[in-house]
Amino acid sequence: MSPILQAVHVQKYYGAFQALKDVSLSVDRGEVVCIIGPSGSGKSTLLRCASQLESIDGGVIAVDGEIAGFRRSGDTLVPLSDGQTARQRQNVGMVFQRFNLFPHRSVLENLLEGPVRVQKRPAEDCRREAMALLERVGLTAKAASYPNELSGGQQQRVAIARALAMRPKIILFDEPTSALDPELVGEVLSVMKELAKSGMTMVVVTHEIAFCREVADRVVFMDGGAIIATGSPEDMIVRPQNPRVASFISAVL
Amino acid sequence: MQDLAGIDVQRLRISRPIPYRQVAASALLLAFLAFVAHAFWVGAIEWHYVSDYLFSAPILKGVRGTIVMTVCAMVIGIVLGTAVAMMRMSANPALRWAATGYIWLFRGIPALLQLLLWFNLALIFPTISLFGFFPVNTVDVMTPFVAALLGLGIQQGAYTAEVVRSGILSVDRGQMEAAQSIGMTRLRAMLTIVLPQAMRVIVPPIGNETIGMVKLTSLASVIQYSEVLRTVGDVYYANSRVIELLIVAGIWYMVIVTVLSIGQSYIEKYFSKGWGRAADVPKALSDGPAAMGAA
Repeated sequence: MSPILQAVHVQKYYGAFQALKDVSLSVDRGEVVCIIGPSGSGKSTLLRCASQLESIDGGVIAVDGEIAGFRRSGDTLVPLSDGQTARQRQNVGMVFQRFNLFPHRSVLENLLEGPVRVQKRPAEDCRREAMALLERVGLTAKAASYPNELSGGQQQRVAIARALAMRPKIILFDEPTSALDPELVGEVLSVMKELAKSGMTMVVVTHEIAFCREVADRVVFMDGGAIIATGSPEDMIVRPQNPRVASFISAVL
Repeated sequence: MQDLAGIDVQRLRISRPIPYRQVAASALLLAFLAFVAHAFWVGAIEWHYVSDYLFSAPILKGVRGTIVMTVCAMVIGIVLGTAVAMMRMSANPALRWAATGYIWLFRGIPALLQLLLWFNLALIFPTISLFGFFPVNTVDVMTPFVAALLGLGIQQGAYTAEVVRSGILSVDRGQMEAAQSIGMTRLRAMLTIVLPQAMRVIVPPIGNETIGMVKLTSLASVIQYSEVLRTVGDVYYANSRVIELLIVAGIWYMVIVTVLSIGQSYIEKYFSKGWGRAADVPKALSDGPAAMGAA
């Protein structure tokens, strides 16, 4: 079975600065991969490239076997149109550090925007599914509320439900708890743990080392735009083999 | 420091001194208003002309002309302005340059000059045609209404474009990204997610511009479009009651502007959906993911 997400020799530049250096990563169905590393190491950039919010300058990213952002014609990669890219993005859920809920839409409308208006699925089915998702993240009572009326933790749980409502093949989490007050981190992490247990394919950029250790199938350490080491939580966090990983882990724990 | 020990605090009362400054200011204001009212009273104003003409047919026709022109010119201005604002923020440099050039040109030339240019277009293009098809005489097409509409609408578009652009810039970048992450195209995300939020910032200055437009339509009197200032003028050329009829026009402008201001506050309320009630839920009340069980 082909991996859900495959990044092969990915290069990304911001002007002269190389943000991703020859990054290769493969995520299988149902796998939970946590990416850790110091800030500015390219973790978020990798996620943003995988969700096609940023374009890449070299290499290939494929989602479920389909090349992201390009059509292959022989040895040439031809960029896809905005519409085709938008269709591909439906397969990749994204949860942002700052939630990015739509403030002018109620919680339920935030969940329905994608499936009803973009995917054009039957409204009644979507509504039922959305309510089930809200129940799953423990926010049924907030369906009619507006995002600004919710706490940060509640907003992030809604954002996770919004990503799920698209029925994505994979969900990418870009530091989902970094903008939260410490006492609200737990409620978001517990939703993510449940999601991982349910078999969702997830890539999580995070500083929550304890979460990585408990939930990740594989931990990836990035530094300076490159993947330095990858391995099981045991090998990466409990008894880090790589000296750079070891010094990072001891610094954050 | 005075010791409170020997004082019966229960007996203390706070005095409320007479606010002399407020009284004085109010008296001055009343005196000024009385002076103005007196001036109008003793001045040679025949007030019955004002009431006679306020609702007379030619004046009402002019009022209608002013309202129609305001609405039409603003519609053109807003549609054009929104399109140009999006062009100016496009990734396509040709669109950006076109938008920048348009704003530069039509914001730079006085509105009155633009009206005269459109109205006199026949001097350089006696006939207009679509690549040689459907030729028409410019004089027949470029009526005072059309000339005023083009002149006012197109220059308004240049101003509105900048208002809309500032509104779009006020919306967090994350909104566009979140919209794209649920499969929206950039255009769709702009129209359904970004612009509705930008409206909070856009509506107040557009309201301002609409009110400006009500008064700017008076320029169209110069090219014979019958808006209220022109119809008022037609009357006072005949009966010489200049001030009385100018007062009539002034009253109508005030009425239109007042109605628009009230409308604006309703529109602002509509687009503030989801705002204003921000975070009145204490964080401590956030209900945990109960349905998840203890994880």
